[in-house]
Amino acid sequence: MAETVFAPWDDPNEKPLIRFRNVTKRFGDFTAIDDLTLDIFEREFFALLGPSGCGKTTMMRMLAGFENPTGGAIELSGQDIAGVPPNKRAVNMMFQSYALFPHLSVWDNIAFGLRRESKNKAAIAARVEEMLKLTRLEKFARRKPHQISGGQRQRVALARSLAKAPKLLLLDEPLGALDAKLREATQFELMDIQEKTGTTFVIVTHDQEEAMTVASRVAVMDEGQIIQVATPERIYEAPDSVYVADFIGDVNILHGSAKAVGPDTYEVAWAAGQNPVHAASTRPFSDGQACHLAIRPEKVSIHKDRPAADNAVQGKVLDIAYLGNLSTYHVELPTGDIIKAQVANTRRISRRDFTWEDPVWVSWTKTAGVLLAK
Amino acid sequence: MNRLSSFNVVSLTLGFVFLYVPMLILVIYSFNASKLVTVWAGFSTKWYGELMSNEAFLDAAWVTLRVAVISSTIATVLGTMAAYVLVRAGRFYGRTLFSGMIYAPLVMPEVITGLSLLLLFIGLGLDRGVLTIVLAHTTFSMCFVSVVVSSRLVSFDRSLEEAALDLGASPLDAFRLVTLPIIAPAVISGWLLAFTLSLDDLVIASFTSGPSATTLPMKIWSSVRLGVSPEINALSTILIGLVTLGVIAASLASKQVAVRAKRDEQAAARAA
Repeated sequence: MAETVFAPWDDPNEKPLIRFRNVTKRFGDFTAIDDLTLDIFEREFFALLGPSGCGKTTMMRMLAGFENPTGGAIELSGQDIAGVPPNKRAVNMMFQSYALFPHLSVWDNIAFGLRRESKNKAAIAARVEEMLKLTRLEKFARRKPHQISGGQRQRVALARSLAKAPKLLLLDEPLGALDAKLREATQFELMDIQEKTGTTFVIVTHDQEEAMTVASRVAVMDEGQIIQVATPERIYEAPDSVYVADFIGDVNILHGSAKAVGPDTYEVAWAAGQNPVHAASTRPFSDGQACHLAIRPEKVSIHKDRPAADNAVQGKVLDIAYLGNLSTYHVELPTGDIIKAQVANTRRISRRDFTWEDPVWVSWTKTAGVLLAK
Repeated sequence: MNRLSSFNVVSLTLGFVFLYVPMLILVIYSFNASKLVTVWAGFSTKWYGELMSNEAFLDAAWVTLRVAVISSTIATVLGTMAAYVLVRAGRFYGRTLFSGMIYAPLVMPEVITGLSLLLLFIGLGLDRGVLTIVLAHTTFSMCFVSVVVSSRLVSFDRSLEEAALDLGASPLDAFRLVTLPIIAPAVISGWLLAFTLSLDDLVIASFTSGPSATTLPMKIWSSVRLGVSPEINALSTILIGLVTLGVIAASLASKQVAVRAKRDEQAAARAA
């Protein structure tokens, strides 16, 4: 069965739906977006991820038309959209606060955008009913926004912004106000709806787990620039900088200098008196070049005796974070560095092999880590 | 239920005596049969009857009502516009100066406002009458409306307007369909405030009215100078009654709104 993988970004003939070209946005002396270039393709679920103040919301507001770029151009389907007011764009936005109109019923909230296009009444009613069904809100059509729960409000906001069948839907921290359980359920609901409607979604979030769950591609941003754009797997497994590795998930970083010892294999001298560790990398390093080895805690294993692994370092257990399904062991090395090793708790806690202050070995394979230059 | 301490009872009594005894005396004497204000000669409603046939008072009441309705309506429109610009236009050059200047008339002595308006009307060659009183009342009550409306606009979630624009509404539609319905309570209370201010203004009306138009406060003031007549007591009693009814109606209405909102929320909680 030859299922085609959805990856328009790898196809050079594919025309992007949105194109940021050297976009810069300044507010007075503050540069919110700094010479940024980015393509987003049709039917993508694209996540803008970064700490607050990194410029992700500014990018979204420029797409919606509430801000205009200071320099560069933003194209939607090949048309420069600078200067097109928000009410004339085929782009809709779901606001972080939901921004439901408190004086209108759920039904009228969803119909608001359709009525502005002055469609006929029957067509509006049909479309509203369709949206209510899509978001499972049929029972609440006559309620006012203050008469429904937070999760229902979130769905009304989604239905309202999808009602006009926009080319592009912007979601500004859409799940921020929901509790953890509901958030998880809603993430899958969002993906489902995105697939059903075939709309391009751009989501802004500071929650990396959320971005990883929903998105086809993730852009990690910092200080007005995009640090890396890639699929969630690549962002996690093959970050191209320490910043990205550190921002997404948990990571151990060893700093040292590289030395080639074979094809695509390097030796990293990371501390005096310690054996160098080995790492595979397709990214070339010159001998003696400063480098950083990033290893995910779940790729580090922990042993009582010295294991026969590519890399093994001795230390002692400093701390144990028990998460129920997982335990994270913080192992202090003689150099003072701390390596985190994550182990699935397949046995009952009383039968745990290690406890505080135990001398242990941590090990990882040479392909477990990623060797980074910056 | 807390029992009031004797100190609280005394302070409460004193307060209410100060507030209401003067009005109470006025109401009682409006039913006095004697023409002498200080001598009680039995119950009678004859002064109410005489008031109804007093053309001068009725004319003045009609002028006052017209002036109040027209000026408070214009003041509400202008005041809301000013508030909207000052809250929404963001930082523009001279914004602080403008917002300070719109509130200055609040503390300006009425005599000065009245005098300056009088000079302006003479300068423009406007005949003093209903029109000039309306203009003068609009001028001084506008800033009150603006204060009330802008305090509501400051707490107004701006993303609601952005959502309306985003859904394809023109800026005018966004204001008409979203902003205005939500700030309506503030606009209405601004209107009521302007209406009341206009209704009982004496100083500014005295400066800006002409022989063709006399407002009720002016009429009462000028007749009192010739001696207090029981007719004026009757008129004042009617005014007190109207105001009381208005206040009760307004508080009942707002209470009903609160009760309904609470019931809705409980219904929502049950459904969730």
